[in-house]
Amino acid sequence: MPNVLVFAETRAAGLRKVALEAVTAARAFVDSAGGGEVHALVAGPAGAASHAATLGKYGADVVLTCEHAGFARYAREATAATLAERAKKGYRAVFVPFSANGRDLAARVAARLDAPLASDVTSIAAAGDAITVKHPGYANKVIIELTIAGPLAVISIRPSAFTPAEKPKSPRGESVAPAADPGAERVVVKDVVEGAKGKLDLGEAPVIVAGGRGLKAAEHFKLVEDLAAAFGNAAVGATRAVTDDGWRPHSDQIGQTGRQVSPQLYVAIGISGAIQHLAGMRTSRTIVAINKDPEAPIFKVADYGIVGDAFEIVPALTAAILEARKGH
Amino acid sequence: MKIAVCIKRTPDSESRFKVAAGGSGIDEAGLKFDIDDFASYAVEAALQINEKQGPGETIVIAVGPDAIQETLRKAMSMGVDRAVHLKAEAAPFDGIAIAKALAAELKSGGFDLILFGKHAFDTGAGIVGTATAELLGLPCITAASKLEIAGGKGTARREIEGAGEMVEFSLPAVVTVDEGIARPRYPSLKGIMAAKKKPMEIKPAQLGPLRVTVKAMELPAERPPGRIIGQGAAAVPQLVKLLQNEAKVL
Repeated sequence: MPNVLVFAETRAAGLRKVALEAVTAARAFVDSAGGGEVHALVAGPAGAASHAATLGKYGADVVLTCEHAGFARYAREATAATLAERAKKGYRAVFVPFSANGRDLAARVAARLDAPLASDVTSIAAAGDAITVKHPGYANKVIIELTIAGPLAVISIRPSAFTPAEKPKSPRGESVAPAADPGAERVVVKDVVEGAKGKLDLGEAPVIVAGGRGLKAAEHFKLVEDLAAAFGNAAVGATRAVTDDGWRPHSDQIGQTGRQVSPQLYVAIGISGAIQHLAGMRTSRTIVAINKDPEAPIFKVADYGIVGDAFEIVPALTAAILEARKGH
Repeated sequence: MKIAVCIKRTPDSESRFKVAAGGSGIDEAGLKFDIDDFASYAVEAALQINEKQGPGETIVIAVGPDAIQETLRKAMSMGVDRAVHLKAEAAPFDGIAIAKALAAELKSGGFDLILFGKHAFDTGAGIVGTATAELLGLPCITAASKLEIAGGKGTARREIEGAGEMVEFSLPAVVTVDEGIARPRYPSLKGIMAAKKKPMEIKPAQLGPLRVTVKAMELPAERPPGRIIGQGAAAVPQLVKLLQNEAKVL
């Protein structure tokens, strides 16, 4: 009866989608391994306990809440200490999202526990005394299957690899004291500069509209932004050429050295499809490409390609999407 | 300042990969290997810090088989002063084991700053730098896209999915670096000649037992071949129909 401890990541007092994905992954793992409990730990300022119902809806049997004003931002040392301390209470595995902060946390917790860690996994299975996981390595070009030995494993979960699935439980609540003072961090967060208000993150947006050099100038990104706005649930991404030229911030870069994304829909505008860019988006569910060069490699991976002038096609598509979404 | 940079040797990221016979690794035949991109940013960042701060020492360290020595020499040709090769049969996939070997070496080195790439291209795991910091008991900043060091203190910026986190910390510390921190220099001819005479210490890597091991590797399922549905704005209505009825994403 393996129990799994999940780190339910929050941001600005809200639960992140990756938290529900990790709970979903834990529920599926525990159920397939013959039953056991999923315990979700939330660290946040006062009010964090309010996430218990949502975590229960996705399959958490127990919700552990660690409330402290110092958890309003990512307190890396105190969060690691608290998660590691709890993990000593007889769990088979600790699941953490492979987000920017989750990957930091997973390595800290594994080192503190002297437990093996597998990162960025897309599937998890019990295999006798061991756990096997799959992890896309070499920039998604090779799927690596790893065996994790030992009684306690730390596993970080690739964002978007698991779709949050409801599996309602009536979770027991428990409050947990911080195992270290979040006010005494050696790495002090001075500020968190939020992106544009209401802007969806590339890792969480169901739709991504991305632009490349084919747009010819920074100001033409307006076309990309307008199309993203028409979808209503889209984030804007860019190729490395575009971010290197300063048309867009580095944080918008999708590709091997930027963000690796798997949205429901990826719309590539004026993107030729260099191998480094494909490494960041080839796992998207549906890919649309608009490019003037019919030989562009992006058309080899695009489910739907349109050859032609982006300056003519994109405004027409924006209008058509707005029309199609009327009444939504 | 005394700065250590832990680096990795990885295959050219533009390569087409094949799974080796036996299925538990990639076929290395014909692949070009070099210093990992993120590790090269870390080397450059270290060199720039020491150039700005005045006299210091920059050291590179790597775990792996003998082939890693070529990569360590490359870092020295960029300007690093000396190298430590922690010898292992192969660079394992167990990041915690690598962190233990590095921490054992770094522990008594008296470093002010220890830099890593945020992850390496091959495993993409992002474990080693942060875990090494924990084992050493040092403050750690993961995936810094900006880094300033002055007066025994550091400030850094991290990109955290749609937001930037600005942090402050005191030295000694461990920082893993993201893209954008520094553009790596090319080794000069003089640098390449000088690197041949720079010291390289070789000792066994104290990895301990490996608990994360490769069971199999496979190539991902190919996407169905791409389809061009039309030309110009005239194809837009059909695209919208396909997105609604076939892909069901609208």
